[in-house]
Amino acid sequence: MTGFGEFVRDAGELVVQPRMGMSEPDRMRAGLLATKAAAGTTVGTITLDSYTRVGDLDSAELALMEDVPLNGYPIVSHELATTRQVLDGIQSEDFPIQVRHGSAAPQDIFVALMTAGLDATEGGPVSYCLPYGRIPIAESLRNWSRSCELFARLRDIGRKPHLETFGGCMLGQLCPPSQLVAISVLEALFFYQYGLRSISVSYAQQTNLRQDIEAVYALRRLCDELLPDTDWHVVIYAYMGVYPTSPEGAYQLLGQAATLAATTGSERLIVKTVAESVRIPTIAENVSALEYAAATAARVRRDRKADLTGAVNSQTYAEAEALVSAVLNLGTDIGQGLALAFQHGYLDIPYCLHPDNNGRTRTYLDAAGRLCWADTGKLPLTGLVAARGARTVTSSELLESLSYVRRKFDSQAITPSPAHAELEARGA
Amino acid sequence: MNSPVETNALDRRDTAAKRDATVIVSGVSSDSHTWNLVFLQLLLEELGYEVVNLGSCVPEELTVAECITRRPALLVVSSVNGHGYQDGMRLISRLRERGALSDMPVVIGGKLGISGAQSSDQLAVLIEAGFDAVFDDGAEGIASFQRLLDSLPQRVLA
Repeated sequence: MTGFGEFVRDAGELVVQPRMGMSEPDRMRAGLLATKAAAGTTVGTITLDSYTRVGDLDSAELALMEDVPLNGYPIVSHELATTRQVLDGIQSEDFPIQVRHGSAAPQDIFVALMTAGLDATEGGPVSYCLPYGRIPIAESLRNWSRSCELFARLRDIGRKPHLETFGGCMLGQLCPPSQLVAISVLEALFFYQYGLRSISVSYAQQTNLRQDIEAVYALRRLCDELLPDTDWHVVIYAYMGVYPTSPEGAYQLLGQAATLAATTGSERLIVKTVAESVRIPTIAENVSALEYAAATAARVRRDRKADLTGAVNSQTYAEAEALVSAVLNLGTDIGQGLALAFQHGYLDIPYCLHPDNNGRTRTYLDAAGRLCWADTGKLPLTGLVAARGARTVTSSELLESLSYVRRKFDSQAITPSPAHAELEARGA
Repeated sequence: MNSPVETNALDRRDTAAKRDATVIVSGVSSDSHTWNLVFLQLLLEELGYEVVNLGSCVPEELTVAECITRRPALLVVSSVNGHGYQDGMRLISRLRERGALSDMPVVIGGKLGISGAQSSDQLAVLIEAGFDAVFDDGAEGIASFQRLLDSLPQRVLA
């Protein structure tokens, strides 16, 4: 049977995917059916609810009993027969489904999804730990190593388990692209160490298209260099930060994400919708976003004429390579390397409140909207980055940076222009 | 040099710069979002408060324990994942059942439900359950939160 990874790699066009999870089985099934029927090559998503994510199964079960809607599908708490019914006739060779969660203790989730016959999911010991709560990173590394080993056993029975790194999305915004790339690559190496051979690496659209293009090329180059005999692909996430409020602005931002994916030869895109700034989107809003993104990517691919040679040897690559090398030099075990790297501050996520994060790094947006280091803390980037030196960021400056993309795309919405016009204007 | 008048003037300046009060900022048990918490911390620090930021996905027992240990002038609960109403209801009952915390000012704000703004009935239920104020998502939110902060030290430290 074709696995998730092979399906995406062989699709021949950008595969688009929603974020979608409903607690009621009928609605979950309706969402998957609508995704499958959408124009374009799509894969399905079952996003789990927050209670399941943090392991608070009592609350998930109570909500099911009391008919309280949750913000996702509680796969551990629903009966196996219920989940099988949701998937029945939908999951197929030409429509694989990925389970999305966000757990630093995902063993129950892995067991539940494997039992239900699913074989694609995502996360990572760093990206599902540091931004998301209080579980110590050492514990998350143990949990994820056990889960990966368990998941990889599907290979023994002829299945092709697929795991995606969430490391390219750390905190959603204000983490410089080089560190996103580095963590995505390091999580892929962690998955590889624990036996997985079908892997995708994520990267979330940030604030400047040219910089994002550099980042995706850096990601591809590092995977080429470091992931032998692996079926791997790149998944782009449409912007995960404060989203434009106008429908035009939201579509233009999504269009730019599709442009980024098509320009860099990325294989898959996770979309966002016009409802993003206010609430969890409806099925119809998700379908519109999928179709818009697929059509935009197809158009950009047809028109592709950009010369991107400069993007391969970029500052972003140099920084990402330095971060990855520093971690790999900490020892042969990648998990131990990651733990030590956070202890030493060789990896340090700006504004991340987790107790195991050094918290010395800060970022700012330059005049062109590129995400830059304001303070590199103890990151091994000496000689590569001329940081501005430590400075205080005020609450209003933080809000301004957090809402830069919303402001930019909402104001552009008054005078619409195709997303790729900007790419050409920047000489990409 | 050491006349009482001058000493008092100095004291007043110190009071203005630093409120000598701790505010605890906390996410709720199932919510992983942190930008809201980072922003609130910076805002409260600029207003002169000591801030203890408990971060995201805080178990209720931890919020209760920190409040008992630190006796903050205010507990600010923030949630944007859509479970804020349910999680907030649970948290406030755990806090208020502790006698020592029955009078502690507690406010909650953010995107509290999964389908946009909460009904006024639900907001009233949160108040009824023991929150001193509820700031539902909206442009008015930060302004009214700041007004509440301006009124706070006198009420708390009196």
